[in-house]
Amino acid sequence: MSNVSFDSLSVGDEIPAVNKPAISRHTLALYCGGSGDHNPIHVDRDFAKAAGIPDVLAHGMLGMAYLGQALTGWLPQSALRAYGVRFASITWVGNEISCTGTVTEKFEEEGEKRVRLEVKAADQEGDVKLIGEAVVALD
Amino acid sequence: MIDRSYIGRKSEPLTVAVEPFQLRLFAKAIGETNPVYLEVEAAKAAGYRNMLAPPTFANALSLSQPDPFGQWPAMGIELAKVLHGEQKFEYFALICAGDTITLHDEITDIYDKKDGAMEFVISETTVTNQNGELVGKMTSMLVQRH
Repeated sequence: MSNVSFDSLSVGDEIPAVNKPAISRHTLALYCGGSGDHNPIHVDRDFAKAAGIPDVLAHGMLGMAYLGQALTGWLPQSALRAYGVRFASITWVGNEISCTGTVTEKFEEEGEKRVRLEVKAADQEGDVKLIGEAVVALD
Repeated sequence: MIDRSYIGRKSEPLTVAVEPFQLRLFAKAIGETNPVYLEVEAAKAAGYRNMLAPPTFANALSLSQPDPFGQWPAMGIELAKVLHGEQKFEYFALICAGDTITLHDEITDIYDKKDGAMEFVISETTVTNQNGELVGKMTSMLVQRH
């Protein structure tokens, strides 16, 4: 399924980026339903304003799902061993998120050849929204 | 202030069916177009048992209950003030449509920084399937800002 092999990768290699269109209110409504996260702060501007913020903010997990697509677009999902992020700043409605990943380490663990990546999601201004790492197993 | 007595609190196990409808809605929301996430036949042709759940979907399963944030007010967590700080997943097996997943959730820590201006809640969740197989673990950190 995939042409990517352990030996073909080097530290510093970048995986194909995923660039998402601007996050619309419609997207946030779909994610509210699909994810079960019904916190009104993500879909109801009246609620957001009453809470003292200018507009609705995206679910952090929407960004994490976007960033996950950089991994699953690169390798079959069965290769994924671990994936974690820190939500570095708020993702707002209207942000255009780009997801990238860079190989940081090649190692063996639990009898498998594994690769660690730094993964990052940033908006159209380059403002980092999520940063973290993933571990994948490769032949 | 978030009630520290919730440290060590385990939720009742949550058992949830992995429904094609929810998988397709989730995939649509995140703009996923790979057919292994959308169509049974494509998933089977690619060697999966059924439509595949994306890597973060176990988090959505954990919210698939009538009132997932129901205990927050009693704990002192406010919907308008809380943000997701960190999230981690470990993967041992795939989750597919037709699976029945059971989640065991435990609050493992609650602490604050900056003299209480920021409070943190750490939860760990194990994810097992209908065969009793551990398919994953999740760790989440929520942040409440005052």
